[in-house]
Amino acid sequence: MITELGHFALVLAFLVAIVQAVVPMAGAALRRPNWMALAIPAANVQFLLIAFSFGALMHAFITSDFSLKLVVENSHSAKPMLYKISGTWGNHEGSMLLWVLIVSLFGASAAWFGGALPPTLKARVLSVQASIAVAFLAFILFTSNPFLRLVMPPFDGQDLNPLLQDPGLAFHPPFLYLGYVGLSMTYSFAVAALIEGRVDAAWGRWVRPWTLAAWIFLTIGIALGSWWAYYELGWGGFWFWDPVENASFMPWLLAAALLHSAIVVEKRESLKSWTILLAILAFGFSLIGTFIVRSGLLTSVHAFANDPERGVFILIILTAFTGGALMLYAARASAMQAMGLFAMVSRESALVLNNVLLAVSAFVVFVGTMWPMVAEMAFDRKLSVGPPFFDAAFTPFMVVLGLVLPIGALMPWKRARLGATLRKLAPAFALAVAIGALAWAMQTGRSALGPVGAFLGAWIVAGAAVDLWTRAAGTPARLARLPQADWGRVTAHAGLGVTIFAIAGLTAWQQEDIRVVHPGESYGIGGYTLMLHRVEEGRGPNYFFTAGIVTLAKGNVDIAELRPEKRVYPVSKMPTTEAAIDYRFLRDVYVVIGDDQDNGGLVMRTYIKPFANWIWGGCLLMAFGGLLSLTDRRFRVAAGARARAQTVPAE
Amino acid sequence: MKRLALALALIAGPAFAVQPDEMLSDPALEARAREISKGLRCLVCRNESIDESNASLARDLRILLRERLSAGDNDTEAVDYIVARYGEYVLLNPTTGGANWLLWAAGPLMLLLGGGLAWGYLRSRAPAAPESRLTADEEERLHQILED
Repeated sequence: MITELGHFALVLAFLVAIVQAVVPMAGAALRRPNWMALAIPAANVQFLLIAFSFGALMHAFITSDFSLKLVVENSHSAKPMLYKISGTWGNHEGSMLLWVLIVSLFGASAAWFGGALPPTLKARVLSVQASIAVAFLAFILFTSNPFLRLVMPPFDGQDLNPLLQDPGLAFHPPFLYLGYVGLSMTYSFAVAALIEGRVDAAWGRWVRPWTLAAWIFLTIGIALGSWWAYYELGWGGFWFWDPVENASFMPWLLAAALLHSAIVVEKRESLKSWTILLAILAFGFSLIGTFIVRSGLLTSVHAFANDPERGVFILIILTAFTGGALMLYAARASAMQAMGLFAMVSRESALVLNNVLLAVSAFVVFVGTMWPMVAEMAFDRKLSVGPPFFDAAFTPFMVVLGLVLPIGALMPWKRARLGATLRKLAPAFALAVAIGALAWAMQTGRSALGPVGAFLGAWIVAGAAVDLWTRAAGTPARLARLPQADWGRVTAHAGLGVTIFAIAGLTAWQQEDIRVVHPGESYGIGGYTLMLHRVEEGRGPNYFFTAGIVTLAKGNVDIAELRPEKRVYPVSKMPTTEAAIDYRFLRDVYVVIGDDQDNGGLVMRTYIKPFANWIWGGCLLMAFGGLLSLTDRRFRVAAGARARAQTVPAE
Repeated sequence: MKRLALALALIAGPAFAVQPDEMLSDPALEARAREISKGLRCLVCRNESIDESNASLARDLRILLRERLSAGDNDTEAVDYIVARYGEYVLLNPTTGGANWLLWAAGPLMLLLGGGLAWGYLRSRAPAAPESRLTADEEERLHQILED
């Protein structure tokens, strides 16, 4: 019964969204206030209906209602509760419902928090947002209905993919979707502004919080996915340049570019046209990501369901929204007059450089991701584009970005003196060189990766410290009174430095050991001694396991007891490895067990992974910096101020 | 769905990628083999190198590669040997031959294009009459005046 109500609510939401897409838009064109005002209740009703529908689906998963096809295919009565809940979005249909729920959530939040937006802009934003909801609701209802019943309900379900039964992954999709879909809000603002024909500093201020929020969620979502891969896939890899990872990384890069260009719009009323284009592209890439995952065009580990028919449907959505917006852009962009003038050496120029680097690096990822398909269709060559390509083609852009970041962040608006900026950064540079040299001296191999990464990371972090110190005019008392946006910028930049350092350090200095170990034997790696005491076998809630009991010692001191496992999930007939990791601030010791050998031994793989946690620590810092910036006073106080937003006066 | 489950099973199986019994006794040779196998694709997997994969085909390829290296092939010869049998698809690092130049040049070309557009934009934004800088002579005179 609840399931049918959920299905009905979804159909109703589809109709409400159509009304919301059409009436306020027409109202804004015809200047009919009551038509425009309809957008707000419609956005609320649409959100409530979809939320109810999503709740109904979740209810079916929690109660293990095996008369639902989706529940049968993705759940099992013996599954822990957390994974019954996360099973709701751990499949194609449910994840699309989550997607559209978030679309409507963002739409409703624009209605809640957009109180002071000009009425026509608000009506148009909500209408564009509703049109996105219409497209995806149609997609769900016509190609991927989650509420289909089975005539003959089976006794039990087929279980969720065991790899997905993990706390890290339970929350990976919702965050990622909050990020992807958050960019729909920016897109709606961009399209509404194009229809309106007006982009000013106030627009920049309204759109920036949405972009920031989307970027924060994307950062957390990507970090969660990467962290999950690190501990779950069994060899401690954290990034594979997999098509689906790239699908989330491209919007992240573009959202980062958009964050920076929206500042220029807000403060200086320049870069408007580019910012609008970027907003369209960022959401376009979110849609491309969805298309890549759902179509099976580029299949990968993550794509839990794909189907050509669905792919075509999403391709149509993608073409309609991106193509339509780009046509509108082509027709209207010339109307956007840039106001501020600035010198060639200035913060504006530095932000333009930031945008060029981020956008081009996103383009490189895009070309690399799509190339195998292009090569097969156009040149009849079946080839692969893997991590070596991306490492070689993408990394240089990040290195240049890292090099110029501290300089750009210190430059004043309008006109900067390069020499003066560089002088302020001299201590940061000296420190970074020292740390790089230290890394060079301490490492045993000859690879330049570690020292360069150490230099770059230290340069960015120390540059952020100089930035903060300069902003406080060298007075500690002023640090606390700095605007949160300053703290946010500095924290996020430092986070990037930490992540860059950690990626380089982990890649360069990781140690690995593979061997056959018999119970009672011990072996050494990187100054640690590991001993396999015994092997245990048993069963968990919905799996069987084999576990090795290992002690980790340094010198004569035991540091930790580790318990690497391999599991077999009988329902889905899938094995997984559960690595045992001793997490420490400076390094992880990562232990995995493998097959039994004929002679009674066990294959063991041990890694020393220096600075592993710093990768995600840096991501958290970035997200936290974004959060600080998002809660800056100017967004709370002036978010909706009708008065012209405060800008740096033009010369 | 079944195909995917299979793929996932291949990826996530508790069997490891490189097994102790495959490894060469010569550490230098083994290190070379590891480095090369990071750039070779496991053909039945999704975007995994034979170094990471635990599919049996990946194992066969790892053993084949080690046989070639033990037989005295250099890195290029060993890779060519495998490419000749399994096709270009096996290379995770695409070659620069044929149309692939476009793939490799895409980033730099886009950087030139984007950089050029940005440069043009920045020039158009620069104040029409930049404030006149003092020449060295003027600077000198200013200095004198201030000191007087």
